[in-house]
Amino acid sequence: MNLLEKIDAAAAARIALLPNGVGAFGIPIEEVYSATEARIGDRRVLLLGTNNYLGLTFAPECIQAAHDAIDKEGTGTTGSRMANGSYFGHRALEREFADFYQCSSSIVFTTGYQANLGTISGLVGPGDTVLIDGDSHASIYDGCILSGADIIRFKHNDTVDMEKRLRRLGNRIETTLIIAEGIYSMLGDQAPLAEIVRLKNQYGCILLLDEAHSLGVLGETGQGLVEKTGLLKEVDFITGTFSKSLCSIGGFCVSNHPQLEQLRYISHPYIFTASPSPATIASTRAALELLRNGSHLRKQLWNNCTQLYSALKEAGYELGPDPGPVIAAVVDTPQQALLLWQRLLEHNIYVNLILPPAAPEGKSLVRCSVNAAHTRDQIQYVGDTFTKLFKEIN
Amino acid sequence: MTESNYDEIMQLLCDRLSSLTNSNAQITPETNLISQLSIDSIKLLNLIMEIEDTFDVSIPINALTDVQTVRELVDLVYKIKSAS
Repeated sequence: MNLLEKIDAAAAARIALLPNGVGAFGIPIEEVYSATEARIGDRRVLLLGTNNYLGLTFAPECIQAAHDAIDKEGTGTTGSRMANGSYFGHRALEREFADFYQCSSSIVFTTGYQANLGTISGLVGPGDTVLIDGDSHASIYDGCILSGADIIRFKHNDTVDMEKRLRRLGNRIETTLIIAEGIYSMLGDQAPLAEIVRLKNQYGCILLLDEAHSLGVLGETGQGLVEKTGLLKEVDFITGTFSKSLCSIGGFCVSNHPQLEQLRYISHPYIFTASPSPATIASTRAALELLRNGSHLRKQLWNNCTQLYSALKEAGYELGPDPGPVIAAVVDTPQQALLLWQRLLEHNIYVNLILPPAAPEGKSLVRCSVNAAHTRDQIQYVGDTFTKLFKEIN
Repeated sequence: MTESNYDEIMQLLCDRLSSLTNSNAQITPETNLISQLSIDSIKLLNLIMEIEDTFDVSIPINALTDVQTVRELVDLVYKIKSAS
């Protein structure tokens, strides 16, 4: 089998899995009307499958900031942070992230994916070890692979299993990096951070926490799980993305370890790519300000999360353990998931479809992402529709 | 580690792979994990965690890039167990 035939075989397997639902992945969105509504084909749909947790995609402050930046600085930097791509805004955003997390150092990356790739591959290398949660995001796996370090997984959110694996590392422990996430993207559950911190201190490791889904969502000022648990000072490195609560694209890492600055000179995902555009940086800075002062948005978000989680639970769906902005209905087969996804779209609701092996434990997921801009009536409609469809798929 | 240990690892992995894949086909040392047993990446990673617990070793998942057959997986586990 040659290279192209191998790709054909993979495509055939994908089509066999989703004979009538290939459009579920990469669905074309024709127009976006607001943070909660868009047009797919000829349908005006409710958006329940975005990561727009604070509903800020149309925030006037962010839009104005982006406009102003384009007018003043043009559409792109056309260069790496290492060369000509570090404008005033990039450096200001780094200072603002450092201030937000009360850290001495901060680095802005071009995407959230690259923030994990660049940070992990800068911190560890061949001969070192990374101990990661089994349900880690692909950017964490890929960062580990890029680093060349030995990758050991522990069972998802299972700190007993994690300690077993820490103990086996023996004297390799001092060059071990533990990686966890604030909120996991598949089931929306949160890391048992207090126990992870206890173990990292007991064994003397370094801890990196990815707050991609928890930034803006958890904690009084939206720092994430570190703030909710009061463990900010115990986490060595925090990464995150601009493409969820901050409604743009990019990523960051903050730390009180001065060694973070060295990553600017060794991290390929930081060096060998163009820096974020001026408009992206400007809208992110405006969004970060709104996020820090957005306790009213978090309150609305959590009201919506609780309302939808309760409705789906009452309808009989199997859900993740924690209510939160990521609410995934777990079903046994891809066929059930596809049917539910299609029927929801027929009712003008767009959600995410997740099939094995991406979904945990061989199950399939129909995943909702709730945001602060959803109205109570919109959430009610989504809950009612899920309830109506429960019998049809079971 | 001795030859009998190698055989024990082989037997244990064959048994586990057989139940994991619900396969009636005979699993031999030359059986390809992906093309013949259709083990997806997550199943393979979870199997590695089981093997780690069974033999009380750490098996880096990046070492799996060189593993395609049952024998290669057994060789990897045997090598790590012998060194531990």
